[in-house]
Amino acid sequence: MSIGLAHYLAVAAILFTIGVFGIFVNRKNIIVILMSIELILLAVNINLVAFSSFLHDVVGQIFAMFVLTVAAAEAAVGLAILVTFFRNRGDIAVDDASMMKG
Amino acid sequence: MALQAIAFYLLSAVTVVAGLCVVSARNPVHSVLFLILAFFSAAGLFVLLGAEFLAMLLVVVYVGAVAVLFLFVVMMLDVDFAALRQGFAQYAPLGALIGGFLAFEMILVSTAVSTHGAAAGHDTPQAATQGFSNVESIGRVLYTDYIYFFQAAGLVLLVAMIGAIVLTLRHKPGVRRQVIADQVARGPKTGMRIVQIKPGEGISE
Repeated sequence: MSIGLAHYLAVAAILFTIGVFGIFVNRKNIIVILMSIELILLAVNINLVAFSSFLHDVVGQIFAMFVLTVAAAEAAVGLAILVTFFRNRGDIAVDDASMMKG
Repeated sequence: MALQAIAFYLLSAVTVVAGLCVVSARNPVHSVLFLILAFFSAAGLFVLLGAEFLAMLLVVVYVGAVAVLFLFVVMMLDVDFAALRQGFAQYAPLGALIGGFLAFEMILVSTAVSTHGAAAGHDTPQAATQGFSNVESIGRVLYTDYIYFFQAAGLVLLVAMIGAIVLTLRHKPGVRRQVIADQVARGPKTGMRIVQIKPGEGISE
């Protein structure tokens, strides 16, 4: 049986769901939340590249590159915020991070 | 064709299992390593689709930079990770339920899209313009039609770099730093002092 677009989209959907599930179950651990976001963005990239490949249009891959760029920037800034947060608080439990509540 | 199907199922199974391990591993270092495995096998999926350039980009950028950054941060922070796993079992059933529905709906939509959508007639992956390689066809579009977006992406990376540095830079009090202006401004008047010492007495500061 040949591998079509639906197969790739299904893999991307499952990966996306795993990312969302990871955010649900690791509500305190912000490192795992950031990794789940990376998984979600990877699923989006698989979707974009699969559509680009099956529609014979290269623009989807350009967009996937931009998604990759933004994901890298997000990871860098997110981890920097995490390090600053750890310095200020001494731990990284984000479920009681309410310093800005006023 | 059969070989391609075997490769697809193997790579996608590894991707999905590695993704599950990322969110459920006890040790965050293991999570990062499973994330690297997931990215590697996703890069394999990209190669199967014909997008070699993005596959290599994924390996270089994600495995080489982002995942290693995660690894640095995880190892740098001295956190009790066991305490952070509290509530895992509590949230897992609801999360699995919602996730299952989400995956079911998305797979339904993607089946519908791939049988009746714009890509319905195409069943061969081809990630390049006819007659060009993948890299060449990306370059032909990226550096012409999308040049402003490309430069904006560079700007995003610059802002992220500066932001990360600004956020993590800190000046500790009591650390002596080199101040070049002071060194240059130092002359004989401020740098030297002539002391008259009486014979036989010596000098004590």
